[in-house]
Amino acid sequence: MPALFIDVRVADDASKDGALAKKLEEVCPVGIFVATDAGVEISEENLDECTLCDLCLEAAPKGTVQVIKRYEE
Amino acid sequence: MRFYEYESKALFERRGLPLGRSRLAHDADGARAAAAEIGAVVLKSQVLSGGRMKAGAVKFADTPDEAASHFETILPIEVNGQKARSVLVEEKTPIAQEYFVSVTWDGRAKKPVVLFSDMGGIDIEEVAEKHPEHVSKTHFSTILPITPRIAKEAVGAVGVTGGELNRLTPIVFELMQLFLDFDLTLAEINPLARLEDGRFIVLDGHVDMEAEARGKHKALLEELGIGEDETRQARPPTSFEIAGRKVNEADHRGVAGNVVEFDGDLGLVIGAGGGSLTLFDAVRNQGGRPANYCEIGGNPSVKKACELTKLILAKPGVEKIAVMMNVVSNTRVDIVARGVIKGCIESGRDPAEVIAIFRIPGAWEDEGFKILAKYGVEYCDRSVSMYDAAGRAVAKMGAQS
Repeated sequence: MPALFIDVRVADDASKDGALAKKLEEVCPVGIFVATDAGVEISEENLDECTLCDLCLEAAPKGTVQVIKRYEE
Repeated sequence: MRFYEYESKALFERRGLPLGRSRLAHDADGARAAAAEIGAVVLKSQVLSGGRMKAGAVKFADTPDEAASHFETILPIEVNGQKARSVLVEEKTPIAQEYFVSVTWDGRAKKPVVLFSDMGGIDIEEVAEKHPEHVSKTHFSTILPITPRIAKEAVGAVGVTGGELNRLTPIVFELMQLFLDFDLTLAEINPLARLEDGRFIVLDGHVDMEAEARGKHKALLEELGIGEDETRQARPPTSFEIAGRKVNEADHRGVAGNVVEFDGDLGLVIGAGGGSLTLFDAVRNQGGRPANYCEIGGNPSVKKACELTKLILAKPGVEKIAVMMNVVSNTRVDIVARGVIKGCIESGRDPAEVIAIFRIPGAWEDEGFKILAKYGVEYCDRSVSMYDAAGRAVAKMGAQS
């Protein structure tokens, strides 16, 4: 089932950055980011586990990662 | 965790409580040999349940052959659905009078209490109702040192005096010590018999140990032969309870899934700081019929709360769920809200319809309330007591029937 509460978006250019991908994977406590050869992928299964800790926002250049609360839309 | 009678008596023996001669028999030959050694005996089925006498699982024998024959009769008898583990063959004693003594925990007083009666051998609730002057209740502290004086007060309060008082006091005192030393929730002797020659003897005893204290008393349990895998619950877990355990074990985050099955129609997702018991009682006091007891806390993941919700909603007869907790600090309101709403939706149910009430105040409650509002779920904050929240849930159940 798709995530109901949280959506996370990574800007196209940043999503192909291997170093950023590894950093995001490392900081996220609930495994939303997965570092692959192609860059960063989002684990749909873990999106709703997001604790809104903002560690991903701090780890990435400003504006490249967005955490969206779908229940506020 | 409940002890068999023979284990309880092994514990009593450690404190020097007076016991009759006995042997544990696992077969008819064992019963015969025990009776040959002891003489006239009583054979008692070893089950973790009361009602043995009514079920015919206690019999007297005057000869070894009679004891062997009774063993064969007693062993297959199920007492309240429980099979006998073995049979205790114990000395038959001439009784002049029976007493009751129990040490248990008084949740309201937040202290242990000694219950004593000079009318033992029968149901103590019945004695308390019909002959209250024959039952004493004496509380004692778990902090201050206990003394025999407290035991003496308990015995003397029902009018026992003289030599009897002096002989009963150390027995009651040792039972109090036992209760504290081994983290028991119940240490009971019923009956405690005065024999015709004036001696006192423990005829039957029950001991329950706090399940959380198992680790602390590992050596004792090993000595008594109680395995780590023996849960000693009053009944085997149901498939619903086993499934709940799996939900809890599948994810290390927080607690959600420790469920006990009941036969009502209101599913409960409850917990936090003793909130589970309080809320369960509140639902019952408000006239509701819980489908389950449950404990959640420690900030379970969304997935864990979701799976627990799905499990409860899948239980036949569950119409609605009430999601209620005490004020939470480390558990997050928004995470639990996400989990239960997701559980409803994945079960094909409308959260607004199926969640009778959501009452979890505390950490991240503003975020949680936004989620609940989005899905049209009725919620309340700490200004509504747990009791009143339970009442709202029960009222909704009444409204639908």
